[in-house]
Amino acid sequence: MLSRVAESVYWMNRYMERAENYSRFLDVNFQLSLDLNEDANRQWMPLVYTTGDNELFTKKYSHPTKENVIHFMSLDAENPNSIVNCVLRARENARTIRENISTPMWEVINEFYLNFKARKKFEESDMPGIVEFFKSIRNQCLLFYGCQEATISHDEVWHFALLGRLLERADKTTRILDMKYFILLPSHEEAGATLDLLQWLSLLKSASAHEMFNRFYTRITPKNIAQFLILDKLFPRAIRFCLNRTFDSLKILSGTEKDSYANEVERRVGLLLSEMNYASIEEIFGSGMHEYLDRLQIRLNGIATELDETYFRN
Amino acid sequence: MLLTNYQTDSFYDEMFSPEGGIRQSYHILKSRIERMDDKELFRRKTSAEKALLSLGITFNVYGDDEEEERIMPFDIIPRIVTAHEWRKLEEGLKQRIRALNLFIQDVYGDEKIVRDGVVPAEILHSSTGYLKECKGIVPPKGTWIHITGTDLVRDGEGRMLVLEDNLRCPSGVSYVLENREVMKKTFPELFASLSVRPIYDYPIRLRGMLERVSGKPNPSIAVLTPGIYNSAYYEHSFLASRMGVPLVEGTDLLVKDDYLFMRTTRGLRQVDVLYRRIDDIFMDPKVFRKDSLLGVPGIFEAFKKGNVALANAPGTGVADDKVIYSFVPEIIKYYLGEDAIIPNVPTYLCSREKDLSYVRENIGNLVVKAANGAGGYGMIIGPTASRKEQQEFLAKIDADPRNYIAQPVLSLSRVPTLVEDKLEGRHVDLRPFILYGEDIYVMPGGLTRVALRKGSLVVNSSQGGGSKDTWVMGQE
Repeated sequence: MLSRVAESVYWMNRYMERAENYSRFLDVNFQLSLDLNEDANRQWMPLVYTTGDNELFTKKYSHPTKENVIHFMSLDAENPNSIVNCVLRARENARTIRENISTPMWEVINEFYLNFKARKKFEESDMPGIVEFFKSIRNQCLLFYGCQEATISHDEVWHFALLGRLLERADKTTRILDMKYFILLPSHEEAGATLDLLQWLSLLKSASAHEMFNRFYTRITPKNIAQFLILDKLFPRAIRFCLNRTFDSLKILSGTEKDSYANEVERRVGLLLSEMNYASIEEIFGSGMHEYLDRLQIRLNGIATELDETYFRN
Repeated sequence: MLLTNYQTDSFYDEMFSPEGGIRQSYHILKSRIERMDDKELFRRKTSAEKALLSLGITFNVYGDDEEEERIMPFDIIPRIVTAHEWRKLEEGLKQRIRALNLFIQDVYGDEKIVRDGVVPAEILHSSTGYLKECKGIVPPKGTWIHITGTDLVRDGEGRMLVLEDNLRCPSGVSYVLENREVMKKTFPELFASLSVRPIYDYPIRLRGMLERVSGKPNPSIAVLTPGIYNSAYYEHSFLASRMGVPLVEGTDLLVKDDYLFMRTTRGLRQVDVLYRRIDDIFMDPKVFRKDSLLGVPGIFEAFKKGNVALANAPGTGVADDKVIYSFVPEIIKYYLGEDAIIPNVPTYLCSREKDLSYVRENIGNLVVKAANGAGGYGMIIGPTASRKEQQEFLAKIDADPRNYIAQPVLSLSRVPTLVEDKLEGRHVDLRPFILYGEDIYVMPGGLTRVALRKGSLVVNSSQGGGSKDTWVMGQE
């Protein structure tokens, strides 16, 4: 396949995944704000930190109010990562590779964009419908994945699509977990209290992981949650899961055997994956979770860069 | 109901005869429309347009940020052509394409037609579409114009005339195919009763034609687009998709050792045939426009060496020149020894002293066009222009008379068209698509473009025109 097509299909999926994650983050934070009657604005800025776009935000907005953050992350045309921009760029990528994707898939993404285009701003008066709004974004993203899964051949195009989705997802999971570093560092009197529990719970919900977590763990503790979201082998948003699948797709693309590698991107993913296969959560906590997540993000970025070099820059 | 107050005014109407009677070919459609209530047609039109938007069947409008992509407005009243009339048009188009192909081969060869005094040398060589770099080239199978879209109009007397030839990158065929799909959903029962001739096989024929050009059993084919901001991007992607070949941009391609390759995830892959949808002069910055970012450096040399086939071949634009167009009846006579089956619109050349003074006197009754203009740009419609605009245009002509032609204002035929909630006559033209392969294939039908503004004669999509499906009847 054309290198450009591989790149576009990869980015189309990264952007869709990003849009989906953002809508989930915003939704969970919104719901959390309803439970925390006092000081409700306090937990909005950490969300912006999580996305890494805090500099742009502080340049544009004087206060991290609920309305400002929701607007910034969903509709702000100047924020390159806002949901509307993710959808726009996903669609632009889709347009350039239309002959490689199916009509149903294109229609989903095109209609998503057309529905979105009409919305310009968030007002306080939009709040009653906001939960529905976030849900509809998530649903359209899921419809996109479903359509992609069911209507295009699972050939190279498909594996580049998966790579985009999985790498974005792994990155976003590190960021969700890291949110606790930014916001959720509780003051002494709050630690272990209702608020703390609520915050950890919201973190699980941000990863749509609440029910699956409950099936495997009886207690909501930081360690359990981190173990689940970092090291679980079967949960689709867990970082190890994402890397496992990334590795599988890379192997199929290059056709090399399991214990060898064809290029730098495979080597890096393989290395990271084997470390995670033998990692323990105690060790991670011991070295500091924030520092661990930081290093993980850097390595994920390195993997994305190598992927780009190997397949898109021919 | 919808048709009771319909007025043909003084125009040739494709559906009604001057006395108000219905033409034979429209009988069945008329009774179908009469069985619908007033809102039904409108509902069907709206749902047809919504489907087109959802599918992203759009074109881009330059210099308009807010709404850069639009659907081409689509009217659901088809234009119907009888089998008998079509046979003649088909024959006429084949004749024209055959002669034009011989003409292009000749002008890049011995220029016999110039030596025999049929086309003046200065007119040929001053044409912007004439590429001296093509001199001496014989493309595969001697075919230069693989794909043509010829614009036809019907005048007030009901005669069909050729308005212009589009030999470089004619666009619109994707709308024809998509409109047909929409119409099959809108009027399924009519297709059977009129035995409308199918067109769905166009992409298959296009692919077959391109395969043949390469001479290889399993050639690698690609469609070259300028990119997503080009007005016809949708069409490029549509055709690539229907043919099952990659859609490439200039940056996906490179020339190595005079062969053309595309960049893939598994390294370079050779391209044997390129259906290019970018203009000649943008194709190769090494040979033509140095500043072109759309093309591929070295592709012209690869083409000259016969290492890649290009459709259409570079240099065909010479016949798109509206001054050269005026010579086509003579060109047909010269190469084929036949009279043109479909006549041209009478054309005055501003480079001819006698014609120019006629244009000066009569600009108020003429359409004057730039020889290489397209999309409704660079032209003036005398009767609707102010005295001042006419004077300004005359000054442009005086500065460069070679570049202008004039034609009488034709009273283009009309077809009933849904306007708000009633049917009104709107002017149309017709662009059939022609493939030159083993033999010449004329798609039965083509793009009927319709001027949606009341009284307007301008049908170009960039000027607010819309389209209609064209039904060629399979039997009388």
